[in-house]
Amino acid sequence: MREKYAEDHIVPTGTYTVVWLALLILLAGTIAVAKLHLLAQFSVLGSLVIASVKAGLVLAFFMHLKYEGRFLKGMLTIALSALTMLIGMTFVDVWLR
Amino acid sequence: MKKMQGEGLSTETGHIDYAGKKMGMWFFLFTEVLFFGGMFLLYSIFRYKYAQDFHAGAAEENIVLGTINTVILLTSSLTIALSIAAIKKGKKISSSCLQLATILMGVAFLVIKYFEWDAKISLGIYPNSPVLLALEKGQILFFGLYYVMTGLHGLHVLVGVVVISFMLHFTKRETINRENYARLENTGLYWHFVDIVWIYLYPLFYLIT
Repeated sequence: MREKYAEDHIVPTGTYTVVWLALLILLAGTIAVAKLHLLAQFSVLGSLVIASVKAGLVLAFFMHLKYEGRFLKGMLTIALSALTMLIGMTFVDVWLR
Repeated sequence: MKKMQGEGLSTETGHIDYAGKKMGMWFFLFTEVLFFGGMFLLYSIFRYKYAQDFHAGAAEENIVLGTINTVILLTSSLTIALSIAAIKKGKKISSSCLQLATILMGVAFLVIKYFEWDAKISLGIYPNSPVLLALEKGQILFFGLYYVMTGLHGLHVLVGVVVISFMLHFTKRETINRENYARLENTGLYWHFVDIVWIYLYPLFYLIT
């Protein structure tokens, strides 16, 4: 018989549904932040933080990252760090010009 | 040992290299991160330089359609995730139905996108149009980025719809089954990635004003 791998882990339907509901609530939240000007001058930052929380939920549960090993998580961290540095350093350059 | 269908099989052990297949998909997604990342970089720089024009441009966007599309994509991510869980339990029919639902939502997303673009094009706002070129420089950049980023994202959705259609076919023929679902799982990873790109595009183009 085939061994059991981490990949065989089945996330319960209930977990997926809760994540989906959380995503919809965050969607409502991001609209509220932008349209009701809840965070005033921080609305851009607020929207991006909410988007990142949503992306994190999709990554962790839908994309199964929560149940993966350290190697894959490490690779993703490197990829996202590279992107953050790329955008961050270029932005700082333009900002301080 | 019964020979199973599918690629990447060692017939000696009957072991499918799930970890390897999945890692390959993740590497591909990393290249996609930089692909879209370059455009997000352009957006953030130009947004900083032309904040007022981006503000005016975003006010032109149809928030209702953008929000409906967001709900559609988030829900389609749920259905593809559930379809993978279903095939792992050997539930072929429910997995097929969930894949079909995902395909239909992908198509719905593109149809709504079509109406959105159509409304803008009928106002004369499209790349290099006289109306657009008469606008402020920052607005030209905003709509240029809008068409490029939502266009390339839409192309990814279209590719996803085609790929999931193949997965549905494979599920029907049972070459994707309880024991061999790596292709469906990788398709799911791709679809979720496309969803994440939209999660960022939505506030950047529709909400931040």
